[in-house]
Amino acid sequence: MKKNDWILIAAVLVVAGIFFGMHLLTPGVKGGVAEVTIDGVLYGTYALDENQTVTIRDTNRLEIGEGKAKMVWADCPDQICVNQKAISKEGESIICLPNKIVVSIVGGDKKTMDAVTY
Amino acid sequence: MKNKVAYFGVFTAFALILSYVEMLIPIQFGIPGIKLGLANLMIVIMLYKRNAKEAMMLSVVRIVLAGFMFSNLFSIIYSLAGGTLSLIVMALLKKRESFSVMGVSIAGGVSHNIGQLLVAMAVVETYRVGYYFPVLLIAGVLTGALIGVVSNEVLKRLRGVDLG
Ligand SMILES: [Zn+2]
Repeated sequence: MKKNDWILIAAVLVVAGIFFGMHLLTPGVKGGVAEVTIDGVLYGTYALDENQTVTIRDTNRLEIGEGKAKMVWADCPDQICVNQKAISKEGESIICLPNKIVVSIVGGDKKTMDAVTY
Repeated sequence: MKNKVAYFGVFTAFALILSYVEMLIPIQFGIPGIKLGLANLMIVIMLYKRNAKEAMMLSVVRIVLAGFMFSNLFSIIYSLAGGTLSLIVMALLKKRESFSVMGVSIAGGVSHNIGQLLVAMAVVETYRVGYYFPVLLIAGVLTGALIGVVSNEVLKRLRGVDLG
């Protein structure tokens, strides 16, 4: 191993750490919504603080409860979306590539001061 | 010339075996289609024993064959993006000679995953895949390091063996 190898490893880990830290520090958003897009086109937005089951085009079923969104059923062959953990933080997403569906959490504009003082 | 073709065939076969092994490993990164890139091992060896051009050729042949044999068009596109970016980065770093096989391989692993992520972002038309970014970076370092260790050993044993 040369010195530059170590520098490279350190640099990658630092970048990963920064992104991971940013993710952890993003507060779970009150009043956040789960935004569902199909093939890049907005399909619908659903409030996270409202328990509900959303059927997306007969191919996927999204369940929202306890402020989290989870894909509970999908007809895709890989089932990767169903195996993903529930999402609740701004920027988190569940992707079903075969059906081109993306569910992502959008916090609106209340994510900073309001959320802290809440 | 005959020799060269024979070696290329053997390398391709090994790379395909690694692609198959990779398919059997149940690791998922949350984004469908994204793979570890174990076949990069053969690419690294090719890069060091031969040159970037032949490594690129091996990479493309491997991806297309593996794609048709084990998966689908999606994964061919993913793999091509990952494989090409990875090869370019590795060739550049190797040229600079201030990195060992380890560093080159790790950079290859990381850029392999970045390439795949970029395609994923384009396919689903979202920029909100940032959550997976750190996971893919670290996975790239780990697979790159693993491939680096193995390539190093293989290259040591192949020292003095002239391919083609
Ligand atoms: Zn799915």
